[in-house]
Amino acid sequence: MKILSNQQLREDFPILSKKIHGHPFVYLDNASTSQKPRAVMDTLKRYYQENNSNIHRGIHHTSEQATLQYEEARHKVARLINANHESEIIFVRGTTEAINLIAQTYGRANIQSGDEIIISEMEHHSNIVPWQLLCEEKNIQLKIAPINESGEIILEKYQELLTPKTKLVAITHISNALGSINPLSVMIKMAHEVGAVVVVDGAQAVPHMKINVQALGCDFYAFSGHKMYAPTGVGVLYGKKALLESMPPYHGGGNMIRTVSLIEKTTFNELPYKFEAGTPNIAGVIALGTAIDYISGIDISTIEDYETTLLNYATERLQEIPELHLIGTAKEKASILSFTLDHAHPHDIGTILDQQGIAVRAGHHCAMPIMEKYKIPGTVRASFCFYNTVDEVDILFNAIQKVREIFR
Amino acid sequence: MNDIRDLYQEVIIDHSKNPRNFYKIESTCYRAEGINPLCGDRLALYLELDEGKITNASFVGTGCAISTASASLMTEYLKGRTREEAEILFQEFHQMLTQSESSCPSENLGKLKVLSGVREYPSRVKCATLAWHTLRSALDSKNEPVSTE
Repeated sequence: MKILSNQQLREDFPILSKKIHGHPFVYLDNASTSQKPRAVMDTLKRYYQENNSNIHRGIHHTSEQATLQYEEARHKVARLINANHESEIIFVRGTTEAINLIAQTYGRANIQSGDEIIISEMEHHSNIVPWQLLCEEKNIQLKIAPINESGEIILEKYQELLTPKTKLVAITHISNALGSINPLSVMIKMAHEVGAVVVVDGAQAVPHMKINVQALGCDFYAFSGHKMYAPTGVGVLYGKKALLESMPPYHGGGNMIRTVSLIEKTTFNELPYKFEAGTPNIAGVIALGTAIDYISGIDISTIEDYETTLLNYATERLQEIPELHLIGTAKEKASILSFTLDHAHPHDIGTILDQQGIAVRAGHHCAMPIMEKYKIPGTVRASFCFYNTVDEVDILFNAIQKVREIFR
Repeated sequence: MNDIRDLYQEVIIDHSKNPRNFYKIESTCYRAEGINPLCGDRLALYLELDEGKITNASFVGTGCAISTASASLMTEYLKGRTREEAEILFQEFHQMLTQSESSCPSENLGKLKVLSGVREYPSRVKCATLAWHTLRSALDSKNEPVSTE
């Protein structure tokens, strides 16, 4: 195992050296969005300075260069998640757009009145609302796979929900609010046994663990660039080729067509371009490629091991605080710590931590059904990544003492 | 740098832990709901009026210390005020939270001035003003939830 020297890596992230209210900046909101390394920012700048051109259209040199770099990023994504073919990688704006794309194309074409869709109780709003919209429109039943008190899917209950009527299962890989890592391989196998396709929300997973879509067997896998050290506004939809080929297009426009005629039927481009209408976020896609290089340079399993060590340390420390309750204590967990504190509301905690330089998320984390389940208005969420340190966990611990002092 | 204690003064902590007038008034048409969907703060405000004068005010709900203390202090402060006086208080309270630090809040606000520290925390102003927007709605008896987000 490679030992992670994150003091050196921290220097790759210029923002980490800034001060907040006179304190060192302790960024523990990585599940919302990660910070960006210098290499990613340099790529954006270099693209606009040297290669800015539209892609897949120009016959001039600069356009060819930009197209080459854009397609190279697709190749890197395919390798990162072990897709069978590059044409299975669709660039979108983010996870939200990817899931809406599946609901509006695959969903509308293949799921009918009387059919059923299963999601889980721990989904982010972006993996709930697109299905609710589809279900309402087509009179489909939405079923919810429940979780236990620790925040784990109850597999027996999930199994009971699966019937031949189940046409699609949409499930998160890692819960953004609880940190639970779902047993995807088993769940996907169970879904396939009744003939359902499986959509995975991988937004929290890709930056933290090795993803192998072929080994998982999922039909679709969606994730965002900005949570994996790339810019905002770029994301990926992976889909099995046969499924993508059978689906109608999502957005109509340039690039996604083969021929357009006002007299004859318009014909569509081949994969992946059929789903990439209009000029995409070219700079963002190329910078996503750089972010993948950056992560690969450290090695994703080194990142995973380090983050697990940090999570274990942070869990131990926070459990020393008597009035603190961890929300989400699954056996398999990613480096997300959601908690409540007796007598102090998450927003007040968030403000007091911010005054000490610590950025956390406070609230429902776009997962209101989870808060309903635990009967709490929200949680404070500290989410760690490889540039966070043991010292920062101690700073968080001490800052929580200040909250206790104020609300004692 | 702001001292966090200027925001979380003892009075605010006290009112958030032991909110005053924290109950429903069943038999009144002067009621309204206030919700901040993003942070989940939610309160219901009840008023009793007699000839244009607020004779009783109460609330129930859940929220952060700032929104709970603000609602609690407001219900205490409203009793005995006319509609017009309540509207002026709304304006003055709002001004106190949005104006620059150099200008002094109106003396009229009395104890409510403990919330003046909120103006240093722009993301929290909506917490402090939720009860007051709900008050306006209750006086109008519009019966539709208000939000300060």
